[in-house]
Amino acid sequence: MRPAMIWLCLLILATGPVVLAASSPFLAYRGPEYIAGGFAGIIALSLMLIQPLLAAGALPGLSLARARLWHRRLGGALIACTAVHVGGLYLTSPPDTLDALLLAAPTPFSVYGVLAMWGILLTGGLALLRRQIAPRIWRLAHNALALVVVAATVAHAVQITGAMELRSKWTLCLAVLGATGITLFRLRVLTPLRRRGASRG
Amino acid sequence: MLTPFYTRRSFLVTSGLAAAALAQGGLAGAARAATLAPTQSMRGGSNNYRPGAPLVDRLGSGFWVTGTVRDAASGAPLEGVRIQIWAATTLGGEREPRNHGSVLTAADGSFRLETEQIVPNFGQPHAHLAYDDGAFRTVFLRPVMPSARDTSVNADFVLARA
Repeated sequence: MRPAMIWLCLLILATGPVVLAASSPFLAYRGPEYIAGGFAGIIALSLMLIQPLLAAGALPGLSLARARLWHRRLGGALIACTAVHVGGLYLTSPPDTLDALLLAAPTPFSVYGVLAMWGILLTGGLALLRRQIAPRIWRLAHNALALVVVAATVAHAVQITGAMELRSKWTLCLAVLGATGITLFRLRVLTPLRRRGASRG
Repeated sequence: MLTPFYTRRSFLVTSGLAAAALAQGGLAGAARAATLAPTQSMRGGSNNYRPGAPLVDRLGSGFWVTGTVRDAASGAPLEGVRIQIWAATTLGGEREPRNHGSVLTAADGSFRLETEQIVPNFGQPHAHLAYDDGAFRTVFLRPVMPSARDTSVNADFVLARA
């Protein structure tokens, strides 16, 4: 695929769901804190499509160093989105949000949202400790956390009836799972196999 | 010669006994129906509850919250029991005062309240209903609509004496 096409596809996949959610009729019945909290969640889901592509250096026209820099920046944005998501929901309905955080909510998707939240916060903490941890261990922990966060976020998002338009939500979720799965498969399965093959030579 | 596993006579006897047992079980079941298992509060049922919602004729139009109230001890419908109802609707969220109201049950134990369309809130389209008036044990319900396009939701109460 030509570079321009790749960037266009990414732009449509990542921003399409946000634009469609912005036209949801439900927004008219919600307060600003609920709307902000909801969109922070949708934007976080979109960022999860870009993150593995940046980490893998799969986006054309970006050096690996620049891609990694943006990966760190978007990682920070993910933490900010998570904070706005939970904070906005808390301002909208403290009891519902506390129930979710304490794993006592009646909604089956809440537990996945809380799991993703802790995964994102732990990933942020791990990023701060990068220099103190052996690279091999650090990468394994980061990859494992990324997988948990992505799987939990998708399980959270698809069960929610809300502002997101259904088809664009499922498309984005499958794209996020695909990008994460392929990147992790290359990093943790293909690359080690190739390396072993090369050393046997 | 092979003896048949059961004879026609033994079949008649056993089936007669089985029928009698079933009939007895049925009668016992009917007698037990008089006492019903009390409805348990649902998780999150009391969220955004504002005690003492005013008695209203209606909270809006186009959507119906319905249900029945029965006594756990007798199974009989309860008349004049206050049920408090609230939900996120097109008027606003669950904390919006215009989305809170109470109704009294009719002689047949049924209640119904017309509201604005209920909209998904915190990921699920749902209503909240409460019995919280002391004579019976307090119950908070949180029925979920199968679809956000539904124009009614039902919740039944079986109340146990406090």
